[in-house]
Amino acid sequence: MITTIFALAFYFATILLIVGVGYRIYEYTIVPAPLKIATTPAPTTTTGVVYRMFREVALFESLFKANKWIWIFGYMFHVGLLLVLVRHLRYFLDPRFVPGIVWYGLELIQPIGKYAGFAMIAGLAGLWARRVLVNRVRYISSPSDHLMLALLIAIGASGMIMQYVNPTDITSLKNFFMSLAYFNLFDWQPLPDNLFLMGHLTLVLTLMIIFPYSKLLHAPGIFFSPSRNQVDNPREVRHIVPWAKSLEDGSGKK
Amino acid sequence: MSDLDKSELDEALAGAGIELPDPLEMPEMKPGAMGDLHSFEAYPQHETDLGFPGERPDDWKEVVIDKMADLRTRYRSFRVYLDSCVKCGACTDKCHYYLGSGDPKNMPVARQDLMRSVYRRYFTLPGKYFPWLVGARDLTEDVLDEWYNYYHQCSQCRRCSVYCPYGIDTAEISMAAREIMDSIGKGQKYCNEIIAKVHSIGNNLGMPAKAILATMEDFEEELEEDTGIAIKLPVDKKGADILLVTPSADFFAEPHIDGLFGYAKVFHELGVDWTLSTTASEAGNFGMFIGSYENMRKVSLRIREAALELGVKRIVFGECGHAWRVGYAFLNTLAGPWDFLDPRYPVPQHICEFTNDAIENGELKFDKTKNDHMTLTFHDSCNVARATRMGDKPGGQFEIPRAVIKAACNNYHDMEDDTIGEATVCCGGGGGILTDDLMDIRVKGAQPRMRALRKVTEEHGVTNMAAICAICKSQFAKVLPKYDFNMEAIQSVHQLVSNAIIMSDAPKEDDTKSKSKKED
Repeated sequence: MITTIFALAFYFATILLIVGVGYRIYEYTIVPAPLKIATTPAPTTTTGVVYRMFREVALFESLFKANKWIWIFGYMFHVGLLLVLVRHLRYFLDPRFVPGIVWYGLELIQPIGKYAGFAMIAGLAGLWARRVLVNRVRYISSPSDHLMLALLIAIGASGMIMQYVNPTDITSLKNFFMSLAYFNLFDWQPLPDNLFLMGHLTLVLTLMIIFPYSKLLHAPGIFFSPSRNQVDNPREVRHIVPWAKSLEDGSGKK
Repeated sequence: MSDLDKSELDEALAGAGIELPDPLEMPEMKPGAMGDLHSFEAYPQHETDLGFPGERPDDWKEVVIDKMADLRTRYRSFRVYLDSCVKCGACTDKCHYYLGSGDPKNMPVARQDLMRSVYRRYFTLPGKYFPWLVGARDLTEDVLDEWYNYYHQCSQCRRCSVYCPYGIDTAEISMAAREIMDSIGKGQKYCNEIIAKVHSIGNNLGMPAKAILATMEDFEEELEEDTGIAIKLPVDKKGADILLVTPSADFFAEPHIDGLFGYAKVFHELGVDWTLSTTASEAGNFGMFIGSYENMRKVSLRIREAALELGVKRIVFGECGHAWRVGYAFLNTLAGPWDFLDPRYPVPQHICEFTNDAIENGELKFDKTKNDHMTLTFHDSCNVARATRMGDKPGGQFEIPRAVIKAACNNYHDMEDDTIGEATVCCGGGGGILTDDLMDIRVKGAQPRMRALRKVTEEHGVTNMAAICAICKSQFAKVLPKYDFNMEAIQSVHQLVSNAIIMSDAPKEDDTKSKSKKED
């Protein structure tokens, strides 16, 4: 029964996450940016923009300029999360269909991923401390901002508990996810009976479901930020979007 | 300045009992401190002149929500920026209006949230069903007033966008907010009256053609008295090579006029055939301040029409910050393509680019000692710094004006790094704030810049600050005295050029000698 509920919930959440975020990306794609508004100094070539975006996404360059504490905590959390997620791939991939070198890489990262969990939780705790202790950040925080941190910390903590205190039967868990992946509908392998696992999975499902409706949209959003993704060449290349063009021949509405 | 000299200096100053506040020092938070600052609202006539309703419609809430829906399909910035903020707090100490006033609604994220809270309520699922959870709120009269007050305490300087990890630019939100308010007839008098003047007369000051012609004649006399040569300020000269589009403040205010004299001397010395236009007699484009693409386009098209009418080959912009943003970044979009102009030059060109090219080519000579009574620093104007470029390389907007200043002056010293370049703090008067009814926030917003200036004054003997923006110059002339500086401390960059440029056809001090030389 519990296995069925989780199985259905994972299908639901996965579809919602993919369709929801996919739809947001589609929306961002079709909304035009009528004016050149790159925050300058900005790159004058597309290659330069790719490099700028890479620095933003991989190094949080602007945040580093802004505030070292937020940068340290934010970076710890995001890199920790990334490593933890990569580590988790082992549970969702069938080694038969994964190139050997990739699988080898995944095995290598396992011990690192374990410690990355600490970095992730420490980073989140730092961000939460700022949210509570720094009056400017406290002022701008909504209940959802606190809850989001609570959710992520709870996901991290429940995972760490299974790692270090109360291990679950990881082989059965993998069998469960494999049966989901192969669409063995209603013939799912049973989920191991572990309270922390149930908690962990429920929280992850929650995160997947709220992703397309929350500030987590900053993840796709940054790639669409005109102040960061535009090439600084307005004098060289005329930038004009369809609705603005329609003003010129008087054909369109405003 | 290296960190070492800085700390040594700090020590020395502390020893002397002088304590200078950090320009970016964090204020004590004072909620509501600026909540009542309400600039004059536009009269119905100002609104209708710009194509907005003169009276607030009864169903104004629906109109506002419809307008938001419209903007979120027309402006990617509006859409993505409202969705993406994670409230990390990186921007909270970056706005000069927050640093100066301590009002938390002047923190960029909080300013955006005035709009975002309504956006969430009407356009997002959690905001519709759990408004208390995500800080969503209904649109009410109070909310509208808050928008009006705080979106007119943003100079659209983009300092926050430099530091936001997603590049969220509060300027985009404040422009959208002003456009939304205009859509229900709640515009600001200062901006909208000025835009209407540009539409009907051609410049922000409302100077008719005759007045411009008379003023230029006066200026020509003044220049001739000063230099002994007939330096022209041509107006509406057909077939001229260069159309100079400059803020109308250059015809009227100090130190702007001295900057205009500087451009005229550079053109004269280079033997360039140039002209002003009476119809495109304004570089500034307040259409940007109110976020109205249509008004901004209409203002820009005056430049296109003048360029076609006069048959010029190039367009050069005078010293003006937000104007340079519209000129550099938007003009090609709004009023291009410029295929009828000389393709060898960028359209438009900044007067600093123009002068600097001539300096680099060795075509201008300076007697720098003419500026020796001053030690200069340079205020990077916000929109030049963070929304434009000069020259070929990113950052040219910082280097080129400094190169021009240094070509004309011996004594120069930059202010602290975190208050110049891309980190520059706004003058406090940009983006439609330069009106007496907002003097309170203008003075407070200038505080970081004034403190940075105080530091270089005390530590490096700086006497004057140069700028390349009509708004900066007017704002500083007004607020410098409030911080115990002389109002003449603010200089136009081309004023310095004007002081020091050596005019090759000027009569020499020893008249006979120069005459005989010429005859040779």
